[in-house]
This record gives sequence, structure tokens and C-alpha cells, in this order.
Amino acid sequence: MEAVANKSTLKGGEFLIKETSAEEVFIPEEFSEEQKMMAAATQDFIDKEITPNRDRIDNMEEGLMPSLMEKAGELGLLGVSVPEAYGGLGMNFNTGMLMADIIASSGSFSTAYGAHTGIGTLPILYYGTEEQKQKYIPKLATGEWKACYCLTEPDAGSDANSGKTKAKLSDDGKHYIINGQKMWISNAGFADLFIVFAKIDDDKNLTAFIVEKEYGGITMNDEERKLGIKGSSTRQVFFNDCKVPVENMLSERENGFKIAVNVLNVGRIKLGCGVINGCKSIASEATNYANERKQFGVSISSFGAIQTKLANMAAKTYAVESASYRAGQNIDDAIEALIGEGMDPSKAKLKALEQFSIECAIIKIHGSEVLDYCVDEGVQVYGGMGFSEEAPMARAYRDARITRIYEGTNEINRMLIVGMMLKRAMKGELDLLGPAMAVGKELTAIPSFEQPDLSAPLAEEKEVLKKLKKSALMVAGKAAETFGPKLNDEQEILMHIADMLIEIYAAESTILRTEKLMNLYGEDGSKLYQNMCKLYFHEAVQKIKNHGDEAVACFTEGDELKVMLMGMKRFTKSTPVNTRNLRRAIADVMIRENKFPYSLYS
Amino acid sequence: MKILVCITHVPDTTSKISFTDGNTKFDKTGVQYIIGPYDDYALARAVELKEQHGGSITVLNVGEAETEPTIRKALAIGADEAIRVNAFPSDAFFVAKQIASVAKEGAYDLILMGRESIDFNGGQVHSMVGELMGLPSVSPVMVLDIEGSTAKIQREIEGGKEFMELDMPFIAGCQEPIAEWKIPNMRGIMSARSKPLQVVDPTDDGVQADVEVFELPPAKEAVKLVDPENLDELVNLLKNEAKVL
Ligand SMILES: Cc1cc2nc3c(=O)[nH]c(=O)nc-3n(C[C@H](O)[C@H](O)[C@H](O)COP(=O)(O)OP(=O)(O)OC[C@H]3O[C@@H](n4cnc5c(N)ncnc54)[C@H](O)[C@@H]3O)c2cc1C
Repeated sequence: MEAVANKSTLKGGEFLIKETSAEEVFIPEEFSEEQKMMAAATQDFIDKEITPNRDRIDNMEEGLMPSLMEKAGELGLLGVSVPEAYGGLGMNFNTGMLMADIIASSGSFSTAYGAHTGIGTLPILYYGTEEQKQKYIPKLATGEWKACYCLTEPDAGSDANSGKTKAKLSDDGKHYIINGQKMWISNAGFADLFIVFAKIDDDKNLTAFIVEKEYGGITMNDEERKLGIKGSSTRQVFFNDCKVPVENMLSERENGFKIAVNVLNVGRIKLGCGVINGCKSIASEATNYANERKQFGVSISSFGAIQTKLANMAAKTYAVESASYRAGQNIDDAIEALIGEGMDPSKAKLKALEQFSIECAIIKIHGSEVLDYCVDEGVQVYGGMGFSEEAPMARAYRDARITRIYEGTNEINRMLIVGMMLKRAMKGELDLLGPAMAVGKELTAIPSFEQPDLSAPLAEEKEVLKKLKKSALMVAGKAAETFGPKLNDEQEILMHIADMLIEIYAAESTILRTEKLMNLYGEDGSKLYQNMCKLYFHEAVQKIKNHGDEAVACFTEGDELKVMLMGMKRFTKSTPVNTRNLRRAIADVMIRENKFPYSLYS
Repeated sequence: MKILVCITHVPDTTSKISFTDGNTKFDKTGVQYIIGPYDDYALARAVELKEQHGGSITVLNVGEAETEPTIRKALAIGADEAIRVNAFPSDAFFVAKQIASVAKEGAYDLILMGRESIDFNGGQVHSMVGELMGLPSVSPVMVLDIEGSTAKIQREIEGGKEFMELDMPFIAGCQEPIAEWKIPNMRGIMSARSKPLQVVDPTDDGVQADVEVFELPPAKEAVKLVDPENLDELVNLLKNEAKVL
């Protein structure tokens, strides 16, 4: 049984121009007993199999990682969102998100898990023929076979479609002969199955192939020596006349780039969601250490400077979690609606993910950057011990860093967010123009002096949130007007706009979850959540203001700049909050519980 | 082979323990509950025995409705059905009577449970059930193998190990390393929902023990380090401060 919130009709990207009610969002507190038990069992797996073996894993002990993957397979962890017809559990998308969330605290294993269940399995699941699915998916869902995904090449990283790997039809027409070099391939060292992207003859676009290791013609370099996730296998893979049966082409010729991009949508949102448990365990470890470590005769957790870090970790993690499961459920709802309209389930999943690709990119960036905040301050809380391999923070610090790089760097994803928003607006799929024009009018009109009633809890935040959306519409609208299609070349401005959108989505998700929790636990019972929400929101407003101010100053001047800055001021105006008290209140709970301030799945 | 596994529903080992109502009630706020760790081993061994010899596993819990998630976890781990005696497990004798009453009905070949619960750590229930049913009871059992209708058991005793053979049925209080504790697999979790969980009323024997007051043990004091050369100080501390000499 899967818990579902009231269905939302919000389409991807529409968060910027529409309001959402608390009832419409799914919050992780609403996971069913069964889903929570799955999360707890996954945590048990980490505690039993991963944590005690961290050093062995990072030393790449022969055969260990594949055997851990097999154990995960026996527990059913590799096939959670795979349909039952192909040996999986057929759970919804958000349950798959939940697994990624919990697995997140397992460092190197998390990458192996993500590469296998995400980019390794999904291309076949979403684009494979029935025969291909029957042949490969059950083996992947049980862990009997391990998969990897070969897109990146030495000269084709962010520019993935520029790959040089070639596929040529054999004279007898029975095989494609693949030649080329791939780089940075996770799981390559032990994979039985390779999803390979190559260009047939002189095609402009990539084609995807399902390649079994057994086909031969595959060789590899040694393991890369990496900064972090040292236990995850990462190798260069060479294809030398690798003979792939023609029936192993995935989808159609030249459809490979589309497959790569769409599968990365899933990879991204799961990567973003897949930091949560990592952040929580870092916050817990840091709290525990701060309670135990004494300086100047007291626990360092009694210092405001340390409490600030702990509280920030909690509030930011709470925000990532709120945004992830909100988007996850939106995707589930969209899938269900499309299936309801008669669409094939695999197609429906792809379509829904495509619809929410903006949110997927937002969550990838936001999650990876919150993780980096947590590990960085985690090291700091530990002081000198943070720098020692004897304490857990050094490894966490190194392992976290990759998240901002793979599955599309955060820069590429930032550009995608704004690019996709504008593209949808141009196509008329997303009505940005109307609301942007309304904001333009509001700018030149006399501000309304009406005071809305803001006495209810979070009423002010909700009111300010509406204006924050206007600030983003104002900046993005003006930039689009100024540069037209050349806006793509103005990356500095795109980055600022993307940051505004990311913060708006995260802040809104956090407010909505908190409102729902207030209804659930009462005003007093939800104090902790309100505090985290207020703290997060306050920071988000500041960031949005900074990014907006800086952006408009990049491309307007004189009176126009003045009007824009006035607009930013008006749209980001909020009553100052006492962040010291908020942080102290959050940290108090952490210090008392000696861990992250709330737990969801026991 | 029919196996009955009795499980407790106890606070997680990392829970903060506090009391309410003038220290007469355990404060449940924020406490997460788990299957008693020793019971978890008993259940894991039952699952292994079932894999080797076939049969069925029934889990039994004496507890109020709030224990059902814990019971369902046992079903997810591999029990086939569950029985909950709908009563607060107020004392060992009361619980033993409820278990004996259910066990008599079921004609089980084996009755397994943890050597003790980890909330009150009484460690009495297995022997009480044995007495009430007129069956042998053994604890703490660390190895349990079945051959035909005989069990081969290893038990920890003061200063050594005891090896014994026993005819079924009997009651065993289990502890590690009797089995490796099991993580429920995802499919098990999904099928737990459709496995039968029967709720029965308790026998009407009254409760015989009552809690007057709970007290937390005194907080641990800081460790004093004594230089290995300084034996006099050690003797002095043991005599006058710890008062153990
Ligand atoms: C540990 C690890 C595991 C990996 N696993 C896999 C895997 O399993 N399969 C796979 O196919 N790939 C994998 N990758 C590859 C990964 O996806 C790429 O490294 C990533 O996409 C970036 O490509 P690149 O390394 O070539 O960097 P580049 O593309 O050279 O980027 C360098 C910098 O330039 C920026 N940049 C690039 N283009 C632009 C632009 N147009 N505008 C602005 N900035 C830009 C980037 O953001 C980045 O900061 C893995 C990488 C690592 C390190």
C-alpha cells in the first residue's frame, strides 16, 4: 500500500506561476507503515552490511562490492520500482525515491546502487522492447547481473551528444560493431551489462545499445584514483570491434541522446533525494560529537557558533526532503493520470518525468549543495578530528563532492532549469508571459497599502512567497526581453535566475509541508518544524534578493536599474526574524536527542 | 514442524528513558519500538529451521493494538501467521499464562522466545511457560539444531557450555549466535499485509504485579585514571571511595 496525498493538478514548472495548497503536497510523514518498514529495512541493510565494511569497500576489496549488490538484490532493494512482471516490486516512483534517500548514507555503495538501479536499468525498462525487458530486467532486479551506463567520453562530458564512439552494421547485417572509448564509467569493473551510446556511421545523434560483457571486445583501464567514493568502481572502457546483435539496439536509431537525457531526469531527482539520509547521519554524528567534546570546561554543543551549524544542517535537510517528496508525488500523480488516459506505463513514466524535468534539476542541485554544506560544517564541528581518517567526517566530505559533478554538473543543470522554463513559455505550454506582464505593471503602479491579516502562523511567509515568485518573474522577464534568444549566452544571469527558482521551489515546499504538519500535530506539537521552516525561509529570501539584485545590475542601468532594484526590494520585503532564537531552539532539540531532530522511519 | 515464536515489543535500544505520572508510567513520547533483539534471534532461527525442515511459524505477542506494526515486521521477516493477545503485558506471570494458553491450543513442536526482553529484562517467561505447560524449558540457547524429533542444544552456563539433547516439544529462550538476525526483504514486507493476524482476548486471570515507582539508575560518573605505578592510590580509591575492598 502506498500513501497518497490529494491529487495535485500542478504541471511541471507551474510552481512559479501558481499557488499550491498544503493539502496538495505529499509529505514523507504520510508514507504508509509498509513504506516506512521498507525504509527501516534498508537502513538495517546499511547498518549491517555497509557501515562495518566501509574501509574494505573503499579499499576495493576484490568481489566485495558486487557481493553487496547481490545482497541488496536478495532483499529486493534493486527492484523496488521495477514492475512485478519483470521481477520487481512494482512500487510507485516515490517509494523508489525513499530507497535512494536511505541508501544515501552509504557513500561508495550509494553510487554503485544508483548507477545500477537508475541509469543502468532504466534505459531498458523505459525504452526496451518486450523481449529486451523480459531478457534483462529480471536479472538486473535481483542483482544477478550488474549494469553500467556508458555515455561520457574523454572529449564528450557535459557535451554528451558529441561522443565519437561508432557503431557500424556488419556485412551480414546481423551485428553492430562498436568501437570507441568511454570514460568515468561507474560499476564498469564488475558490470555484466553495459548501456552504450554510440553513433551509427555519420549520424548526428547517438544511438543506444544493450551490450553484454560476454559479447567480447571490451577492455578496461585500471580503476581511477579518485577524491572520494573510492570504493565505487570507475573505469575507462574501450570497445574494440565489440559485436552487438542488431536486436540489442535500444529504441530507434539516433534516439540515444533522448534516452540519455530522459533517464538522467530520474537519475537527477534521485540523486538530489539521495542525499537526505546522508545529511541526517552527518547532522547526527556532528551533534553527538559536539555533545561529547568538551572545551573550556563545557560541551562544544553549548556554543552558539556550533549550534548555528547544527540547526542549519537540520533546516536545510528538512527543505531538501520537503521538495523531493513533493516532486516525487507530483511525478507519481502525473504517471497515474497518463496511464488513466490510456498511455502505456513505461511511456507514461517517461512523459511524467519529462514534464517535471525542471523540478528534477532543481532537486539535484539543491540536494547536492545542501549535502556539501552539511559535510563541510560537519568537518568543522569535529575540528582537528574532522581532518582525521579516524572520524567519519573526512570520508563523508570526500564522498559528497561527486554529487555536484555527475548526472549533469550543477552548472549544466542550472542552465537547463531556466532554458526549459523559457522554452515551455515560448511553446505556450507554460504561461509565463501573462504573469510576467502583470508583474511589470505592478512595478510601475503605486504599491498597495492594504495590510493582509498575517496573524496566523506562516501567513507572512506565504504572503512573501507570492512576492518572491514575482521577483523571479520580473528578473527572468526583463532578461528575456533584453536578450531574446541570446540569453543563452548570458550564463552569469542564467545562474542567478536558476538560483532564485531553486530557492523558491525549496522554500515553498518547506512551507507547505510545515503547514500540513501544523494541521497534523497542532501548533505546539509542530514547533520544531515551524522553526526549521522559518529559518530556511529567511535564508531563502536573502539569497533570492542577492541573486535578483546582482542579476538586474548586470543588464540594466540608470532609471531602469532603479526600478528593478525597487521591485526587488518590494518583492523580497519581509519582517526580520530572530534567527539566533530559531537556531537555538532547533539545536536544543538536537542536543537533547543527541541526533538529527526528528526521525521518520525508526 | 510447527514453531511458535513469542516476541516482545520494546523501546529501541537507543531510546531516552523517562517517566511520567509521578514516575509511575513509562513516557512513550518520541520512543521507537522494535522486536526485542533476543526475540529477533529466536525468530531468525525459526525461519532457518523452517527453511531446512519445512513447517510453519506463528508469532505471538501479548500486547495492545499499538504493537501490530512490530508484529507485521515479524511477518515480513518470515512468520506465516500471527496471534496477538489483546492485553497490556503487565508482568511476567501474566504474560506466561497468556502464552501457555495460546500454545496449548496450537500443539506446537517448538516454542521459541528471547532469553529476556530488553525493557524489564526479567528473563522469567520461558521457564514459567514451561512450568505452566509441563514442558521442559532451556535458556539461554545459543545453538539449536533439529534431527528428527530431537533437538541438539548448546547452552551457556557459568564458566562453560552445556550440550544437551531434548525431545520436542519444549521451550527455548534464545540468544546470539543462534542465528544471524534477519532484515525483512521487500517482498516479505509487501506480503506481510496479507498474512493472517488474529487478535484473541486474554484469559481472565488477574494481573498480580503492579508498578509503584520507576527510578533511573544513577548517572555514570567520570572514570578516574590511575597511574599503573601508583598501586597505593588504587588501593586507597577502591577501599575508601568505591568501598569494594
Ligand atoms: C566518479 C564519477 C562517476 C561517473 N559515472 C559516470 C557513469 O557511470 N556514466 C557516464 O556516462 N558518466 C559518468 N561520469 C561522468 C560525468 O557525468 C561527467 O564527468 C560530467 O558530466 C562532467 O563532464 P566532464 O567531466 O567532461 O566535465 P566538463 O564537461 O569538461 O566540465 C568541466 C566544467 O565545465 C563546466 N561546463 C561544461 N560545459 C559547460 C557549458 N556549456 N556552460 C557552462 N559550463 C560548462 C562544467 O559545469 C564543469 O564545471 C562520472 C564521473 C565521475 C567523476
